[in-house]
Amino acid sequence: MSDITLPELGEGIDEATIINIFVSPGDKIKKEQSVIEIETDKAALELPSPVDGMISEMLVSNGDVIKIGDLIAKVEEGGSTTKEKPAPKEKKKERPKIEEIAEEVVEEKDEESVKVDEHKEEEILQKEMSGRDDKTEPDNVVSIVKDENKVSAPASPSTRKLARELGIDINSIPGTDPGGRISSEDVINYAKNLIANLETTADTHRGTYQPNIPALPDFSKWGEIEKIKMGTVRRLTAENLTMAWTIPHVTNHDRADITELDQLRKMNKQKAKDAGGNLTITPILIKIVSSALKVFPEFNASIDMESNEIIYKKFVNIGFAVDTERGLYVPNIQNADKKNIIDIAVELSDISERTRNKKITPDELKGSTFTVSNLGGIGGTYFSPIIYYPDVAILGVSKSSFEPVYIDGKFEPRLMMPLSLSYDHRIIDGAAAARFLTWLVKALEEPFQILFEGK
Amino acid sequence: MAIITQLVVIGAGPGGYPAAFRAADLGLDVTLIDHEKNPGGVCLYRGCIPSKALLHVANIINESEHAKELGITYTKPKVDIKRVAEWKNEVVTKLTGGAGFLAKQRKVNYIQGNGVLIDSNNLKVTKEDGSEENLTFDNCVIATGSRPTEIPGIKVDNKKILNSKGALDLESIPKELLVIGGGYIGLEMGSVYSALGSAVTVVEMMDSILSTVDKDFSKILHKKLTKEFKEILLNTKVLEVKNTKNGIKVQFENNDGKFDHEYDKVLVSVGRKPNSENIGLENTKVVINKRGFIEIDQQRRTNDTNIFAIGDVAGDPMLAHKATHEGRVVAEVIAGEDVAYDAATVPAVIFTDPEIAWCGLTEQEAKDKNIDIKVTKFPWGASGRAITLDRTDGLTKLVFETETERILGVGLVGPGAGELISEGVLAVEMAARASDISLSIHPHPTLTETFMEAAEMFFGNSTHVIRSRRK
Repeated sequence: MSDITLPELGEGIDEATIINIFVSPGDKIKKEQSVIEIETDKAALELPSPVDGMISEMLVSNGDVIKIGDLIAKVEEGGSTTKEKPAPKEKKKERPKIEEIAEEVVEEKDEESVKVDEHKEEEILQKEMSGRDDKTEPDNVVSIVKDENKVSAPASPSTRKLARELGIDINSIPGTDPGGRISSEDVINYAKNLIANLETTADTHRGTYQPNIPALPDFSKWGEIEKIKMGTVRRLTAENLTMAWTIPHVTNHDRADITELDQLRKMNKQKAKDAGGNLTITPILIKIVSSALKVFPEFNASIDMESNEIIYKKFVNIGFAVDTERGLYVPNIQNADKKNIIDIAVELSDISERTRNKKITPDELKGSTFTVSNLGGIGGTYFSPIIYYPDVAILGVSKSSFEPVYIDGKFEPRLMMPLSLSYDHRIIDGAAAARFLTWLVKALEEPFQILFEGK
Repeated sequence: MAIITQLVVIGAGPGGYPAAFRAADLGLDVTLIDHEKNPGGVCLYRGCIPSKALLHVANIINESEHAKELGITYTKPKVDIKRVAEWKNEVVTKLTGGAGFLAKQRKVNYIQGNGVLIDSNNLKVTKEDGSEENLTFDNCVIATGSRPTEIPGIKVDNKKILNSKGALDLESIPKELLVIGGGYIGLEMGSVYSALGSAVTVVEMMDSILSTVDKDFSKILHKKLTKEFKEILLNTKVLEVKNTKNGIKVQFENNDGKFDHEYDKVLVSVGRKPNSENIGLENTKVVINKRGFIEIDQQRRTNDTNIFAIGDVAGDPMLAHKATHEGRVVAEVIAGEDVAYDAATVPAVIFTDPEIAWCGLTEQEAKDKNIDIKVTKFPWGASGRAITLDRTDGLTKLVFETETERILGVGLVGPGAGELISEGVLAVEMAARASDISLSIHPHPTLTETFMEAAEMFFGNSTHVIRSRRK
């Protein structure tokens, strides 16, 4: 008998919400076969079975929030014992849980209200279905269900009012007065930190960062509308981009003649395919960018405005955008500067595949130093990419096309690739960006340059 | 012609009129509807205020008797019941008239009549003279309050069978009065009639009077009332109430069997229920729960977004001061402020003699929430002030969270407990810690010192109580 427990999911993640269960007791299971799908603050992923065998017991239900090391299922190893097909999965299995919670709610309330209980149950059902626990809904969204089993936060009425006005749930504020009492100062400091350091507070208080955005009008006045809850990925994307938008961006554009490079790419395509990769322009770009970052280290840095420091990274991890049905993910190729193009192509295919199949681990989504966003496969000429915080630059690639280029007294059809470089103007000057982009263009046109000038 | 108003408040009790006043102060155009001539509601007309006026009278009588033991003997007081009632009515008139004056000053449109909602934005008012008027509103606050619960089979006629309203009218002093229900209203009115000369019997189904109150307090009151009342029948049911030629014959049943007795009057006081019917709520999206209370959120908003509800009709505790606070909150919400009802506690006071008052969590409630608590009890026998008053039948009891030393609950029994509790409310609201209270100098000699010393007991170092448990 072997236990399936929730493994380490990465730094700072100590719990996950179960959003899907793929197996039930009696099911035969192969090693690496997905057992459940979980969602953390950072990503959704599927958890594989560590062994071959048969599920003898499932100890979790949809919507459960489980901690690292918590038991998920028991597996009878071997799996050769072909037992009769298990009884069909009973939907009911998950229901009692909802009812239990609903019952608890009723008991706590002590006065029963049919309509309100339904409301609560519906809310729980929604949570179960979406697999999310909306504990962190902003305080000003008043719920019609009162939590009467809670002692109010240890703070004076004026402090509680202040927190309310700032849109902060007083219960999430740590008190620094003796006995954990929350002072008005605590509330103000908490609010300041919330604004200054969204990265760290996103976990405990996500979604509250809305700098003076006026309330939305009631759109239903003008026609039919539909409201759909944002998924985790969409919400995080929105939050991260809002934050990234505060970076002073500038975007420089240029074109690279990749006529020769593209022929070279085609010639090596089979090699990459044999190795298990797909040689598109992206792995080549990643390689060339890696080389450029060695020459221009300020593009491989981060800014720390708290300590007024620039952090130069001695490693090169190139992030790339993967479009999934859950939203945009940005995994990265680690140490891309130490890999050849075929290696990168293989890794790119593998990571993209795993990202789409929810097998990517949260750790693989962290630590990028520069990002390449290639929309060339879709179309368009030039766009202004937004920096993937805390990077300081991002390269956007649009669709290459044949254009007449005036060479040696005549026009020749050349394959031109539009490039857009957005950069953090606080650390990178326009001239530096122009030099960086020119270097890239030159390297794409004459790849030998890397051997001459690259590091 | 229809009236158009930004805010209509239905019911001008201690919830409704403060809501209307606050809204008017915030610049809203307000209409206030009530069937009485002036604002005040049950609280001012037939509840808190007249009962306290009468309890004051009762206290004078009791004190004059008590004085005997201190060497002062009065002759038995002569009670002019007409004058007592008149004085009580003067109190009511003064206060309700004052509220009416304040409404005028604030330009609140006060309509004497009965309001019924037609839909979520319209209301029909039937005025005293029978004329009807339609009113269109942006927002509505329902503050219709509550009324005495009736017992099936016992018809209140307010002649021989009274409810609290009839009892307050003080038509006559019955020789023998039966109070059905050992709750606070029954005990307060029982105290009044007892002081005025009635032989009072209280009958209660449960095993103690004030069954929801901490037994540490109710038993002290019970002891005193047993001396004043004719009897207190616990665990006893009323089977039948029959009108006879001279009075009311009541049949009881308890563990010993059935028995009956004849009384001159019977007061039915078995609780109150919300006035959520007959105001047209069915024409709106407002949701009423099984107990008849209107369901509301933290901002006192009902399921119908422009209709709010406050006070007794919107849930327990059915207390005037809760309604007043809600009234102010709701007015600010309607005026567009981002506020909510966020009180940590609603204090409760029972104006018997001794009074009982508490706020925050009781010992039992804290235990039910699995909070690790430490309870301190300061007996008033150790209070200098209580001894000078010859009233040592008191107790100050505090509930603290052990780990944080935070005060969670305050309870008092003794004369003046209703005044003393406010310091407890402030402490609980401020999330004060035991040392915040013990280190605040309290004036000597006062009963407030019991609060300070009970906090000292948390540390085992009260001046006037010898430490028993703490090392």
